[in-house]
Amino acid sequence: MSDLLVFVIVMMTLVAALSALILPNFLAATAATTVVSLGVAVMFVLLQAPDVAMTEAVVGVGLSALILALGLKRLGLWQLDLKADKEDAD
Amino acid sequence: MALPDAASMMLAAAVGLVVIGFAGLMMSRHLYRLLLSLVIAEAGANLLLVMAGYRADAIAPIFTADASMPIGMVDPIPQAMVLTAIVIGVGVQALALAMIIRIRNHYGTLDMMELKARMQDEFAQLGQSATLPSKQEQTDAQ
Amino acid sequence: MLQFFPLLFSAGLLFLLTIVTGLLPFAQAPMLAGQGVLYDGIASTGAANLVTAVVLGYRGIDTLMELTILFAAAAAGSLAFSRVRRSAGLIAEPPYILDKAIGFLLPLLLVTGFYVILHGHLTPGGGFQGGVLLASAIFLPVLSRSSAQLNHEVISLIEGLAGVTFIVIGLLALYQQGAFLQPLFDHGVFGSLLSAGSLPVLYLAVGLKVGAELAGLLSTLAAEGGEDGTA
Repeated sequence: MSDLLVFVIVMMTLVAALSALILPNFLAATAATTVVSLGVAVMFVLLQAPDVAMTEAVVGVGLSALILALGLKRLGLWQLDLKADKEDAD
Repeated sequence: MALPDAASMMLAAAVGLVVIGFAGLMMSRHLYRLLLSLVIAEAGANLLLVMAGYRADAIAPIFTADASMPIGMVDPIPQAMVLTAIVIGVGVQALALAMIIRIRNHYGTLDMMELKARMQDEFAQLGQSATLPSKQEQTDAQ
Repeated sequence: MLQFFPLLFSAGLLFLLTIVTGLLPFAQAPMLAGQGVLYDGIASTGAANLVTAVVLGYRGIDTLMELTILFAAAAAGSLAFSRVRRSAGLIAEPPYILDKAIGFLLPLLLVTGFYVILHGHLTPGGGFQGGVLLASAIFLPVLSRSSAQLNHEVISLIEGLAGVTFIVIGLLALYQQGAFLQPLFDHGVFGSLLSAGSLPVLYLAVGLKVGAELAGLLSTLAAEGGEDGTA
């Protein structure tokens, strides 16, 4: 049971990392990076490292996501609609 | 279907994250995706470091009322190092984002091929003395 | 986007890392230095959380250098924006839910942040985690209200005083016991809040410094430039 749980978390982390590089919408890519940090934080708990898990969760999901989102807004990459990207590109 | 044990799977995840981060660093054309790949590679490297101190069937290195020494504990030193590494990583990301915002404000684009063309134009406008040496000049000088 | 040589390099890196991690004895860590810390940690520092004992007691200078690196990153980040800060806030008309929710969350975040900082030597937690919680508590009103501005003089004052406190305690240890940042004071009753000598004070200084620094950095990032990145 617990091996299946670890397998699911590992798969979620790796798929999120791949999709952060492939997704054309930058907001979705930032969310995928946050999912990677969350998966790594859960893995830290499974590795008996609660201090490190708390730090990664707070810093990776709270602070780093906030910094990346503020940067997205300042760079003008904050687009919620994928169709808008394609229309601009054409 | 027999799954490999938990430690091997997490090791594969750490190695996979580092490789995906490096591949993204090398192959991305947009500067923002470069920053995201950096974040992913750092997460993978920290996971690899904490796994170096892991011992099977051991508990976290915190003494509570019912956790005393005879039970094995995991290594606390890599965890202290990774605590430092995570916080430094977020400082580096903030600085990288500040530089990306400045580049965007000055050049107007974040695509690396476009940036290279505009930088060459800017150097050419600054005058002959400011251009980067071309390959012909480098081989002539040698 | 898929070019040949970076893919080849990534495949080679994957091969190298797999072979190296396959050869190393993972899940059976030799723990030569860690064993010494596990046996000696409580007697040396009096802290129940051994990671705190390592971060502040055994490797205190590393923590000092980390604070310096964070300070350099925050200072360079604010130097990168050379224009005068705007007087208007981030959102012109904050939504009602955002306003009320932040008003509700702010005291909870402050209490949780200080709890995590002060109990760093007993339970998982400590200065960095609690400091980031405090930073979000200080920064959130800037997000929600258009008139709230972060008072950068007070933030810099708190950050500077906390950093100086850390170094002064280290120098005091140098004067009293002959080693910089040696754990000071009496160890107290094991497991209570006022135990582990100078470790809670050091972590309080670290938490306040990190919190003030990150709040200042976030506020600089948030207030720079126009809405969509135009200069």
